[in-house]
Amino acid sequence: MKAEDFILKIEDEFEDLEKGKLKPESNFREFFDWNSINALIFIALVDSEYDVTITPDDIRNSETIMDLFNTIIAKKSS
Amino acid sequence: MPQFSIKNIAIKGISAAVPKFEYNNMSYDWVPEKERPLMIKTIGVETRRIAAKGTATTDLCFSAAEKLINSLNWEKSEIQALILVTQTSDYQIPSSAIILQDRLNLPKSCMAFDINLGCSGYVYGLSVISSLMASGGIKKALLLAGDVSTLNANYRDKSAYPLFGDAGTATALELDSNAEPMFFNLNSDGSGHKAIYVPHGGMRRFVDKDSFEEELIADGIYRTGIQIALNGLEVFNFSLREVAPNVQSLLQSQEKTIDDVDYFVFHQANRLMNETIRKKLKIDPEKFPYSIGKYGNTSSASIPLTILHCLSKEISNGKTNLLLSGFGVGLSWGSVLLQTNNVVCTEIIDYNG
Repeated sequence: MKAEDFILKIEDEFEDLEKGKLKPESNFREFFDWNSINALIFIALVDSEYDVTITPDDIRNSETIMDLFNTIIAKKSS
Repeated sequence: MPQFSIKNIAIKGISAAVPKFEYNNMSYDWVPEKERPLMIKTIGVETRRIAAKGTATTDLCFSAAEKLINSLNWEKSEIQALILVTQTSDYQIPSSAIILQDRLNLPKSCMAFDINLGCSGYVYGLSVISSLMASGGIKKALLLAGDVSTLNANYRDKSAYPLFGDAGTATALELDSNAEPMFFNLNSDGSGHKAIYVPHGGMRRFVDKDSFEEELIADGIYRTGIQIALNGLEVFNFSLREVAPNVQSLLQSQEKTIDDVDYFVFHQANRLMNETIRKKLKIDPEKFPYSIGKYGNTSSASIPLTILHCLSKEISNGKTNLLLSGFGVGLSWGSVLLQTNNVVCTEIIDYNG
């Protein structure tokens, strides 16, 4: 499991995203013009792709794509 | 418990009524125009029906019930139980089902009461009415499920306003020794009761002048104390966590798999949420019908409305194995595995009001 793959999945999901711009260190709130719809899409994507359910708190406590990815890994291994 | 089976009860017919007025979410100008396509794609609600001012849940359910009784050629004098599942009753007191007993001209020997449940309400309602019938030897009964949810959503609340649609449904049940048993799996978690709730208006916090004050809750979300407060992310999270295991354990308890079920009719919560649960359970899209695009989230009416909208032909001819699942407000969730046999399905009524 790599952060790069996570980014590819995100780029697939958000079709109008310019490919290659999103980085592990990107602040997703700034990058996405963040709103609750995006949060729903993220939770759904993580659930479908990694079979773990991240919570609204997990999102609240994350800043970057890498933070989210680390949360997924932590949940996957627990 | 709460996994159990009920024998000898058959669904004989289903009907529904929706208000004639159709609202297109592309015209919802509280959300900027460029954001509307993603909102519509995500929640899945393109259009929905909105009741006219003064139209109540019982008007829609009355219309559906009358049509169903006529289509089945039932004698009203034979109907011995009437249950209405609603969270938008006509009055705080009394139960609206009792008003409908009179309005439908049902005999005084008919028991009537409301069940206060929403998203999970149809499945719960089926379990209550079927249990009553089986234990009390009641031959014919009506289960009504409906809400006018649009009434207490604030226009300036983008988390709730574009989601809900109004509908009233009727399901006719009969004691039938040839019916296959229904298998239920019902759950609750009251720790999440504030995930979807109306803060004021009950006895915990009675209506006063503050109840009408509009407050800014979050970006793009205004509401008063008597309007619905929906924490979409919490509900989403709950549904992803609880629904699939509930369905899986019900199937396992009957030694069945996803392949044994012809159609999975789920509460129409939000398209992205339902799709994520569908993928988790590995259900084919063809076996997973939707009415949310046309009618929105119609609360307890969503399962029977989806059956009529998508499966009328299938369930009116021969036997069909269905798994119905409702989940949401409460928090409350439940599923039922059942087999239908030649169900009378009426056309969805466009109610003038």
